[in-house]
Amino acid sequence: MSNKIETIDVNLHYGDFHALKDISLGIPENSVTALIGPSGCGKSTYLRLFNRMNDLIPETRITGKVLLDGENIYKIKANKIDALRRNVGMVFQKPNPFPKSIFENVAYGLRVNGITDKSFIEGQVEKTLHQAALWDEVKDKLKKSAFELSGGQQQRLCIARALAIEPSIILMDEPASALDPISTGKIEDLIFELKAQYTIVIVTHNMQQAGRVSDYTGFFYLGSLIEFGKTRKIFTNPSKQETENYISGRFG
Amino acid sequence: MTFPESNDRRKKIGQAVMFGLSKGISYGIVALLFLILFFIIKQGIGVISWEFLTAMPTDGMTKGGIFPAIIGTLYLVGGSMLFAFPVGVMAGIYVHEYAVSGPMKRFVNMMTNNLAGVPSIIFGLFGMALFVNQMGFGASILAGSLTLGLLALPIVIRTTEESLKSVDDTFRQASYALGGSKLYTIRKVVLPIALPNILTGLILAVGRVSGETAPILFTVAAYFLPRLPNSIMDQCMALPYHLYVISTSGTQIEASRPIAYGTAFVLVAIVLIVNILAALLRNYFGKKVKMN
Repeated sequence: MSNKIETIDVNLHYGDFHALKDISLGIPENSVTALIGPSGCGKSTYLRLFNRMNDLIPETRITGKVLLDGENIYKIKANKIDALRRNVGMVFQKPNPFPKSIFENVAYGLRVNGITDKSFIEGQVEKTLHQAALWDEVKDKLKKSAFELSGGQQQRLCIARALAIEPSIILMDEPASALDPISTGKIEDLIFELKAQYTIVIVTHNMQQAGRVSDYTGFFYLGSLIEFGKTRKIFTNPSKQETENYISGRFG
Repeated sequence: MTFPESNDRRKKIGQAVMFGLSKGISYGIVALLFLILFFIIKQGIGVISWEFLTAMPTDGMTKGGIFPAIIGTLYLVGGSMLFAFPVGVMAGIYVHEYAVSGPMKRFVNMMTNNLAGVPSIIFGLFGMALFVNQMGFGASILAGSLTLGLLALPIVIRTTEESLKSVDDTFRQASYALGGSKLYTIRKVVLPIALPNILTGLILAVGRVSGETAPILFTVAAYFLPRLPNSIMDQCMALPYHLYVISTSGTQIEASRPIAYGTAFVLVAIVLIVNILAALLRNYFGKKVKMN
């Protein structure tokens, strides 16, 4: 399988803080890659490289290469960043639907990118809500506020919102950490469904979750990538002592 | 381990004292407000009549109504908000959403705070120098509104900034992550969320502006003008100034005393009504943000 994303010797500094140290890693296409590690290890920062979300934080310096489909996304022109972000969807830790209707939340990405064809938008919203396994629960209340949904439904709505503009990569930053076990299960099922079409990178604090949903796992510690490989191998037979300590719960 | 029981008792007493004190003070403030309202209502309600609200002042402002002053105040409040609201909101958006943190932003913030601390009579003098004389508007509703608008500006800027600050950053990030530009994100996501709080700033500003005397003193207020203004280049009467005039410099201060209380009553009532209207508007938008 080819690598959808590849980073080569990436270093990232926030001011004086060296947040990512020489990270070289290839993320295979149409798979789920989990990034694990203790708080502050750099996994979320690493995730946010791929849609240039770190750009929003002042005094961020990045060196090395971040290749997406072979193109260095830190060398593209400023006016290509929106196109990059259309291609890389993102789901956040806390469900954060916009204060709009369920329909308008999913349609937002289309509207913001200049699509006005009403029937196309309607079709896309329905298709995407189906994909996010939310359609049956919301089809009668598309005009209702997204805030009326439960936390788990809101998070699936946020996934639908990301899917609506047909990205090829989906970044998930601890997408289930604010949800109950049943909602978490639904999100995980969804991730499993989606990987046929998308390359998914998920940051998680939950070891079992990483084990359940991912094909590949990367273990980060103090800004460095300690180990990367097939999830099964990382969890059953890690090659580094730190990885084993973390996974077996001895620290972190 | 044993802990001295006296300590628990002391904690309990200390807590009760502090709690009682803060409760007493807050009730005291409310009581004071009601006392003021009661005083004004008691003194003023007697002269309130349809005629008082709709007639021109007569007999050296000892009789008749205060209609031109009511209309004048409404014009001035409306005019100042027309100026201060868009300008203040835009400045607030710039400072919070666009300005890069650093010395320049700190400077702008500091100056906004300083502007809020400038005595209102200074605004009056400045308004006279700039709008009345320099720009040649003369003493007019336009000059007065602009002067009052300047006074309201820091309030609007501050509350806009605070409202934007309270919008969780993940909303912005979610919009950027979908390819949204900064402007689109502010217009479609950030402002709708912040709007109810921004309107609170408008309420505060209206309350402040409608009662100010000093800024209109040299820029618009007419001592006695028993007709309605013809245009925004015309002078007008205003409630706070009218109150000031008939309480201090009229020819028959004692005779116009009831009218003074009536004027105070109307002024307070207008501020109260505007506040209630704005609060309703704010609730409406708050709901709309959730429903939309």
